[in-house]
Amino acid sequence: MEDEKKIAAFEAKIAAGNKIEPKDWMPEAYRKQLIRMMSQHAHSEIVGMLPEGNWITRAPNLRRKAILLAKVQDEAGHGLYLYSATETLGIDRTELLEQLHTGKAKYSSIFNYPTLTWADIGAIGWLVDGAAIMNQTALARGSYGPYSRAMVRICKEESFHNRQGYEIMMHLAQGTPEQKAMAQDALNRWWWPSIMMLGPSDDQSPNSEQLMRWKVKMESNDAIRQRFIDRTVPQADFIGLSIPDKDLKFNEATGHYEHGPINWEEFFEVIKGNGPCNAKRLKARTDADKKGRWVRDAAVAYAEKKKLKAA
Amino acid sequence: MTIQEAKFQYLLRLGDSSLIIGHRLSEWCGSGPILEEDIALINIALDFVGNATAILGYAATVEGNGRTEDDLAFLRGEREFRNLLITEQPNGDYAATITRQFLYDVYTYYLYEALKSSKDETIAALAEKSHKEITYHLRHTTEWMYRLGDGTAESHERMQNAMNDLWMFTGEMFDMDEVDAILIKEGIAPDLNTIKEKWEAHVKPVIAEATLQVPSYNFKQKGSREGKHSEHLGFLLAEMQSVHRSFPGAKW
Amino acid sequence: MTDTQWPVWEVFVQANPGIPHKHVGNVHAADAEMAIQNARDVYTRRSEGISIWVVPANAISASSPEDQGSFFEPSNDKPYRHPTFYKIPEGVKYL
Repeated sequence: MEDEKKIAAFEAKIAAGNKIEPKDWMPEAYRKQLIRMMSQHAHSEIVGMLPEGNWITRAPNLRRKAILLAKVQDEAGHGLYLYSATETLGIDRTELLEQLHTGKAKYSSIFNYPTLTWADIGAIGWLVDGAAIMNQTALARGSYGPYSRAMVRICKEESFHNRQGYEIMMHLAQGTPEQKAMAQDALNRWWWPSIMMLGPSDDQSPNSEQLMRWKVKMESNDAIRQRFIDRTVPQADFIGLSIPDKDLKFNEATGHYEHGPINWEEFFEVIKGNGPCNAKRLKARTDADKKGRWVRDAAVAYAEKKKLKAA
Repeated sequence: MTIQEAKFQYLLRLGDSSLIIGHRLSEWCGSGPILEEDIALINIALDFVGNATAILGYAATVEGNGRTEDDLAFLRGEREFRNLLITEQPNGDYAATITRQFLYDVYTYYLYEALKSSKDETIAALAEKSHKEITYHLRHTTEWMYRLGDGTAESHERMQNAMNDLWMFTGEMFDMDEVDAILIKEGIAPDLNTIKEKWEAHVKPVIAEATLQVPSYNFKQKGSREGKHSEHLGFLLAEMQSVHRSFPGAKW
Repeated sequence: MTDTQWPVWEVFVQANPGIPHKHVGNVHAADAEMAIQNARDVYTRRSEGISIWVVPANAISASSPEDQGSFFEPSNDKPYRHPTFYKIPEGVKYL
C-alpha cells in the first residue's frame, strides 16, 4: 500500500516534468534500469576511445592530430561524467568496471567494428557521433536528474565531434580519387552499423510503456533512427558520397526516407560478443586495468602514509 | 653557419622534441592506469602537439623554402630529426613514462623560462605561452614522482629501474655546439650550462623526496644534435608518417 | 590491498571572478592534490574556470527529500521578507 502511494507520487512528479534526484525515493526497477543504461553508456565512451585512439599516432597532419586527441579526451571525460552520474544510484565505479571486464555489462555494438583507414575517423565522427547525439539529445530530457544533466553537458561538448567528422569526409570527398574512394569505402562499412547502433527495431524491442512513462526511455529506437537517416542522407549527397542502400528512397508523402532491410542477425551477433573486435576491445580494457593496478595502489599507499605523518 | 641556419636547427630541436614526446604520450590513450590519468596524459600530449605545430611552423618560416610545419613533421627521415633521445624512449610502464616526463619537464621548465627573454620575439612569445603549460606538466609529473617513488615497494622498485634506464639520456640535453654558440651570442638562446645547474638543483631533491637514488653511473648517451637516434625513432616515424606519405600531395 | 578506483571528490568551479563556486561534478583521486589536478583536467578543458575547490564526497552532509516540507515550506508564508510585499506610492524614489 505504502509502495503504491510512493509510486503514484513518483510518477506524478515525473509527469509534472520534475527530475528525480539521487536521494528521492524511486522504484527498484527504475534504479536498475538506469544503472544498466547509464553504465552501458559510460562503458561505450571509454571503449569508444579505442577504435579512434588507433589513429591518433597516424593522423595525416598536425591539425587533425590535435583535433582527434581533443575528441578522444572528451570521450574519456564523458565516460567519467557518466560513471559519476551512475554512482549516484548507489553503485561504485570499481564495481561498474568489473561488470565491464567480466562481460556482464554491455557497451555499444558499434565499437566492435575495426577502424581500417583514416577515413574511418571521419565516418565515426559524422555517423557514429551523429547517431549518438540524436539519441543523447532525447535522453537529456529524461527524468533522472544526474543522467539528464550529464547528457546536456555531453551534447554541448560533442557538437564539435560530429562536425569534425563531416569535415574530414568532405576533404576526402573533394580530394584525390584515392581519397574519395577511401571516404566512400568508410561510409560503406560504417553506414549499417551506425543505424543499427540505435538499437533493435521497435517490434523486436517492446519498449515497455513503463520506461516511457518513467521517462527513462524518451523515444522509440525506430523514431530516432528515422530522424538520423533523414538528416544524414542529404549530408552525404552534399559531398557526393552515396549511402550503401539500394532500397533507399525518399517518400514525398511522409517526408521521410525509406531504407532497405537491416541485418539484425549481424547486430545480435555483435551484441553477443561475436563482432570483429569484441575480444580485442575487451582485452585492451582489462589489460589497462591490470597494468594500472600497481599505480592505483601506490597512490593509495602514498596518501595513507601522508595521513599518518600528518596525524 | 648563418644565424638563420642556426635558428632553424634550434627550432627543430625544440619542435621535434615536443612532437615526439607528445606522440609517445598519445600512445597511452585508452590504456592509462585510471580514467582520470588517461585524461591528464591526453591533455599533456595535446599541449605538446600544439607546441610542436607552432614551433615547426616558425621553423618553416625561418627556413623560407616554402615548407610547412606538416612537411617538417611528416616528410623528414630519422636522420633529419633533432628531438632529444629521451623523448623517443618507449613508454614502458607508468614508472618509465612518469620518470621520462619528469626529467624532461624540468629541463623544458628552465629552458623555456630562459627563452621567454629571447631576443627573437616569436620565440619569446611561444616560450611565454608554453611555459605556463610546462609549469602544469611539471606539477603533475612531480606529484607522481612522489606517489610512485614513495608508494608501495613495487612502485618504488619500478621507479628506481626507470630512473636507472633513463638517466643516461639526460646528459645530452645540455650539449652545445655551433648552433648554440651563434644563438647565445645573438641573445636568442640561453647557455645550457646555466640550465644544467638549475636542472640538477631541481631534479635531485625531488628524486630524494621520492625516496629514489640518482644513478651512480656517469656515462651518457648522445647524438640527437646530429640526428643520431636510438632505434626506436625509426619505428615511431614509420607509424606517424604512414598516412601522410602514402598520399603525396593530398590535403586532409 | 583491495583494488579501488580511489575515493570520490566533489568539484566546485568558479567560472569568473566575483561569482560563487558552483558544483560541476566529481572526480576520483587518492588525495586532495591529485583531486585538484584531475578536476582541472576534467572540468576546465574549455576554459570553464578560474578557481577550483574539491571536497571529499563523504564529508558532505545533505538534507533529505523528506525534510522538504518541514525545512522549506514554512518560508512560503513570509512574503514580507521580499521587497515586492510593500506598496510604495508612485513618485517616491530610491526605495
